[in-house]
Amino acid sequence: MYDLNKILVGLAIFLLFFTFPILYGMGSAVPVPKPKLDTPEIQKLTDKKCVEDTHFMRTSHMQFLNYWRDRAVREDHRTYESKLNGKKYDISLQNTCMKCHSNKKDFCDSCHTYASVKPYCWDCHIEPKAAKESM
Amino acid sequence: MIERALKGNEKYWGWVGLLLLLIGVGFACYIYQLYTGLGITGMSRDISWGVYIAQFTYLVGVAASAVMLVIPKYLHNYKKYTNVVIFGEFLAIAAVTMCLLFIIVDIGQPARVLNVLLHPTPNSILFWDMIVLNGYLIINVIVGWNTLLADKKDVPSPGWVKPFIYLSIPWAVSIHTVTAFLYAGLPGRHMWLTAIMAPRFLASAFASGPSLLILLLLLVKSVSKFDPGKEAIQSIAKTVCYAMIINVFFLCMEFFTAFYSNIPSHMHSLQYLFAGLHGHDRLVPWMWTSAFLAVVGIFIMLVPALRKQTGYLAVGCASIFLSTWIDKGVGLVIGGFIPNPFETVTEYYPTFPEIAISIAIWAIGALILTILYKIAISVREEQVETDVI
Amino acid sequence: MKASRREFLKLAGVSALFGLGANAAFELLTPGALEASSEVAHGAAHGEAAAGVQAATRWAMVIDVRKCILQEDCQDCVLACNSTHNIPTVGNPKEEIKWIWKDTFEHLFPDQHSQYVDEGLEGKTFPVMCNHCDNPPCVRVCPTKATFKRPDGIVMMDMHRCIGCRFCMAACPYGARSFNWRDPRKYFEGKEAMLNPEQPTRTKGVVEKCTFCPERLAKGREPACVEACKKRKSDCLIFGNLNDPESEVRKILRKRTSIRRKPELGTKPSVFFLV
Repeated sequence: MYDLNKILVGLAIFLLFFTFPILYGMGSAVPVPKPKLDTPEIQKLTDKKCVEDTHFMRTSHMQFLNYWRDRAVREDHRTYESKLNGKKYDISLQNTCMKCHSNKKDFCDSCHTYASVKPYCWDCHIEPKAAKESM
Repeated sequence: MIERALKGNEKYWGWVGLLLLLIGVGFACYIYQLYTGLGITGMSRDISWGVYIAQFTYLVGVAASAVMLVIPKYLHNYKKYTNVVIFGEFLAIAAVTMCLLFIIVDIGQPARVLNVLLHPTPNSILFWDMIVLNGYLIINVIVGWNTLLADKKDVPSPGWVKPFIYLSIPWAVSIHTVTAFLYAGLPGRHMWLTAIMAPRFLASAFASGPSLLILLLLLVKSVSKFDPGKEAIQSIAKTVCYAMIINVFFLCMEFFTAFYSNIPSHMHSLQYLFAGLHGHDRLVPWMWTSAFLAVVGIFIMLVPALRKQTGYLAVGCASIFLSTWIDKGVGLVIGGFIPNPFETVTEYYPTFPEIAISIAIWAIGALILTILYKIAISVREEQVETDVI
Repeated sequence: MKASRREFLKLAGVSALFGLGANAAFELLTPGALEASSEVAHGAAHGEAAAGVQAATRWAMVIDVRKCILQEDCQDCVLACNSTHNIPTVGNPKEEIKWIWKDTFEHLFPDQHSQYVDEGLEGKTFPVMCNHCDNPPCVRVCPTKATFKRPDGIVMMDMHRCIGCRFCMAACPYGARSFNWRDPRKYFEGKEAMLNPEQPTRTKGVVEKCTFCPERLAKGREPACVEACKKRKSDCLIFGNLNDPESEVRKILRKRTSIRRKPELGTKPSVFFLV
């Protein structure tokens, strides 16, 4: 084979680059995240229900938020009636979702960090208590 | 045929290396811009479009100019352009690519650019600009590549290329008309709100693009065994001459309407550019340089004794290229924003990162041009050697 | 199958084109149909409150210039807007962000201004904001419908969709729009307590402007600037529905002379100035 040595060296370097993420993270497996629901607002609720049921939220909260975004911003419908409990909610990430889930680090971030997802909602939408904490 | 661009002498690779260096520096500046925001440029609340959009506007003209070769060759069978049209089409490819890149670097949230496709808005001229620019790029790639490939194989071009060639003619006019429409329909910007915006753009395009093409063809002649032909170059030069005269004539028309009517909003932008307004006169030397270069360029192109000498021809073409670049790339976009809707003046100067990014995009265009021209030259040289041409 | 590699590639290319064009075609021909047909929307649509009765509304603002210029050094409307909507104080006038601000008659009505403007008005400032035109050039040029006209007359901004091309800024004849040249959060570093936790900020690379406070209108309140002026009892800002003949705005427009900025441009502004 022509240039066998060069090819093998090149292959080795390529394999190193390609598997680097695995090698770098070896031995530091993170446990499955358990988002915490023990915020003051949630504890105050008698009927501890979210806007929709947990399974739906877990699988589709991003699509749901996009739907809320378009409803409120583009269609000016700012009230949502939950299928779960018939309650009416203000369509607002900051004022509805984050009112209960005010522990972004232990709730939103726990799964997002685990899944290496970086939603940019927080570039604009203010995290709860972020107004009082340093960035 | 791309492998032909990988064979070159020291000067060739030195040139490519320089371009890559410029691109690298500009790319780093662009990362900085992505990270910090467009605030690293000299743009402001009053001058919300600057160097990037100005370059895009100018280069659309350069891209459209290929049509000045396509029409004589394909509609009127002007044989002198037979071996030269490809260089016009390849210039168009490089120019349109630069246009698209300049738009992308100017966008505040580039990750969202697909929104233009996901939410098509036919009432927005930007929507049509995106369509016509990309379409023109595709057309020129298809036509240029296939005609050159046919030349290389010494066979006539395939029949299916013809409709694309004919399509490229109105399409070239459309890219620049649509770009002019970006400006000409805005009610609040009086320098741009003129019916002759599109005709001005086209006249300037047909002066700037072909003059650059002549310079490139002279370069091709000096670095290769392929001679584009004196007559071909002279024909292009005559096109440049008349287009530039019309361009200057149009500018004079703007002056007449503004100053004879004496309407302040019509006069103010031209006053700012050519005389200064409220003590702000940063662009005045630029505009008068452009005017001077225009006169020099037209003079050289008009006088046959001068036009026929390569040295003078090169000076004339460079003058016209620079003059139109200042007029469109500097004066038009910046001048349109001055004075602002409150009749005050905020001036504009580009920052170093902004210039570096712009140079990088020009370098990318030059690189694309280098590669494509290298391929075209090698095919033409083969044809010369085998006595086909 | 006798398809050659070439045939296969041709078929794949054409299919890809169709696929790419399908979304765009859907959006063009049946706007909103794609979103409406998704599962999420279907489920949620059943639980929805009825749409607000806004079809017959046309919101407008009347600014009583004569009253306002008597309030020397008052910035209440500007401060209320800035604090409600987390608008940063940029410092550098080239990059400033302003939704409502105060300016002079000379700057706001340059074609009307002359040497002979009355002394009471000359050099005094009064508020100005987006005109929420009936025929807005900014909406016409936006390539993504990130700025759009609502049925109730408000020219709205969708910060999520804006790509920051700034075509709207070039199109606006009134200089009403601002761009985020940098990350606006930076201007709140060390001052996070000033942020209103009920409203978002924006991010770098998007355009913003006055939106007549739709989140307040939805709750039956008036825009923040109007509320602030009323709180002061200066009553310079009057807000209301132009389509209601008995609204405050209509009543005062019947009584007092009003002008609008650059009416000759055909934009049909909804902001009136009582001079």
